[in-house]
Amino acid sequence: MATPLDSHDPWSLRESYLFDRAIIAEIQRAAREGIYDIRGFGAKRHLPHFDDLLFLGASISRYPLEGYRERCATDVTLGTRFARKPLELKIPVTIAGMSFGALSAPAKEALGRGASEVGTSTTTGDGGMTPEEREHSTLLVYQLLPSRYGMNPDDLRQADAIEVVVGQGAKPGGGGMLLGHKISDRVAAMRDLPKGIDQRSASRHPDWTGPDDLEIKIGELREITDWQKPIFVKVGATRTYYDVGLAVKAGADVIVVDGMQGGTAATQDVFIEHVGIPTLPAVRLAVDALLELDMHRKVQLIVSGGIRTGADVAKALALGADAVSIGTAALIAMGDNSPEHDEEYRKIGSSAGFYDDWQAGRDPAGISTQDYELAARFDPELGGRRIANYLRVLTLEAQTLARACGKSHVHNLEPEDLVALTVEAAAMARVPLAGTSWIPGSNGAR
Amino acid sequence: MTATEAVGAAVEVVDLAVTPLRELNQRLHDLADQTAGPERWRVLNPNGAHAVACGLDAKLEVEIEGHVGYYCAGMNKLAAVRVHGNAGTGLAENLMSGTVTVDGNASQSAGATGRGGLLVVHGDAAARCGISMKGIDIVVRGSVGHMSAFMAQRGRLVVCGDAGDALGDSIYEARLYVRGDVAGLGADCVEKELRDEHAAELRELLLQAGLGDVDPREFRRYGSARQLYTFKVDNAAAY
Repeated sequence: MATPLDSHDPWSLRESYLFDRAIIAEIQRAAREGIYDIRGFGAKRHLPHFDDLLFLGASISRYPLEGYRERCATDVTLGTRFARKPLELKIPVTIAGMSFGALSAPAKEALGRGASEVGTSTTTGDGGMTPEEREHSTLLVYQLLPSRYGMNPDDLRQADAIEVVVGQGAKPGGGGMLLGHKISDRVAAMRDLPKGIDQRSASRHPDWTGPDDLEIKIGELREITDWQKPIFVKVGATRTYYDVGLAVKAGADVIVVDGMQGGTAATQDVFIEHVGIPTLPAVRLAVDALLELDMHRKVQLIVSGGIRTGADVAKALALGADAVSIGTAALIAMGDNSPEHDEEYRKIGSSAGFYDDWQAGRDPAGISTQDYELAARFDPELGGRRIANYLRVLTLEAQTLARACGKSHVHNLEPEDLVALTVEAAAMARVPLAGTSWIPGSNGAR
Repeated sequence: MTATEAVGAAVEVVDLAVTPLRELNQRLHDLADQTAGPERWRVLNPNGAHAVACGLDAKLEVEIEGHVGYYCAGMNKLAAVRVHGNAGTGLAENLMSGTVTVDGNASQSAGATGRGGLLVVHGDAAARCGISMKGIDIVVRGSVGHMSAFMAQRGRLVVCGDAGDALGDSIYEARLYVRGDVAGLGADCVEKELRDEHAAELRELLLQAGLGDVDPREFRRYGSARQLYTFKVDNAAAY
């Protein structure tokens, strides 16, 4: 695409840092349309992240494990605190909650197929459980959200775990949102809503408020399911240290902390970019709370929000997580933002690599849509295979890094294996700036 | 009385002063898979316990003799649960079918998110009665507190007394009937004409609730103006 810079002397033009082209476009869009920008995807701004950490491989002071020969285990058990039937995962990567409604039925099926093939779990979303996803998911986590769309005790009993959703990283403090063009007949029936409305679901649960009520609510869920199912509590990362402590106190088996890079199907851009804290400090704060309560590894910690590679997986585990969850990356693995759809992305005003209009329901990849024809383009078997492949790669990469650090289980990775590339990351992850013993903000005690 | 009725009339008594709640709920849940077993239960000394008789999934009659805490009869299917006392927060939350009856008062969020069945409160219900209701029918002999039927999606709420502030805020397709005063209507909730078909369904609901003495013509009907169903910036002041 030709830009003004091509036809002018590039030395004579200076773009404002404060009012760059994206800001100018947004101001003019807001003035034109009179409504805030709603979109999918996660935070797009630069944030301190796992890329700002590096592993210290073994050498003389530590010895590594042989790649391909010496075993590096990856299994995780979730829900060992109270549940009679904890979730046994073969890999430390799970699929995060994404609703039928936000995603097409074949896309939900593909997530189940892929996760099941590699021995991990997938999760329902703000729209209830579909038969397709139950059938194709060996391990399925059933979310209890403020909206309670489709909430059904039969589904509760046929789930493998229950996740009480307090918030998500993309919008801590915000409720669900599904715009009218994605409320098809089936979605409307599942949610007990009129077809085609702009659905804005509640941000608070209808029958509990605060940690004391949450404890009683968890007690009810345990009674209904006869204490069999692990109960997760999911929070968007904000006051993570306190939230994790309160969730432990309320009786959670597993805590899910979703950093601000976590994806969404539809949220105001201002919310996505300006609320919550990044995943990097959130892991550390969550682990702090668990350690202080002597609950680390007893109440398991799942971290999500911007997990893309096996390096991200390994670094989250090294900081103390028991497992991670992927959402946005899973959609991309299934074909979202693929160059093969570029021509069609351009027809709807986007481009491969930039597409974030998951709220609009016009996804040419057939993933974030309820349009029958678009959804029919998506092959759930192929999608499932891609998810399984991708999950295997994440696991292999994490094992590679763990072996390099001499670990026979990915959970043996520890903060001591890490250094930071930036002062910010050093302070947030509380590991030393590379080449120094400096951990900003920690008063040098360690 | 026939022999069958005599057997069916046998009442299983569980005293929560000596039997753990877990054991009571487990025994009640075990009946979901069985064709035989006690159909009538009496629960003594609930003493405000939470989650009493929640998650039932069989045609049972459960009489609870005393006050219960949070989430009594939560997510109930098929069973008829009666509380001879008051009930705490989240009574009959997410009710699927069957009936739940409380002789006394109910605390906040009674019948929250219920998807079917009938909830009857003979006293008053506190704030957020019928919040996010999705098909449940709720009949309250007394009054309800503020924000009742907030985001109510489907089902019917009948209030024989008064309703607190912001009734039916952000309501979808639920139908609300109030006999007394309404302190205030929430966003997008308006009064609607009470036509013959509404009086008929109201009469039926009152009869089901055992309140046949109440005249349906004394009620006013409220529902959604449907102005907030699609987001319009001109409505921003309502959000």
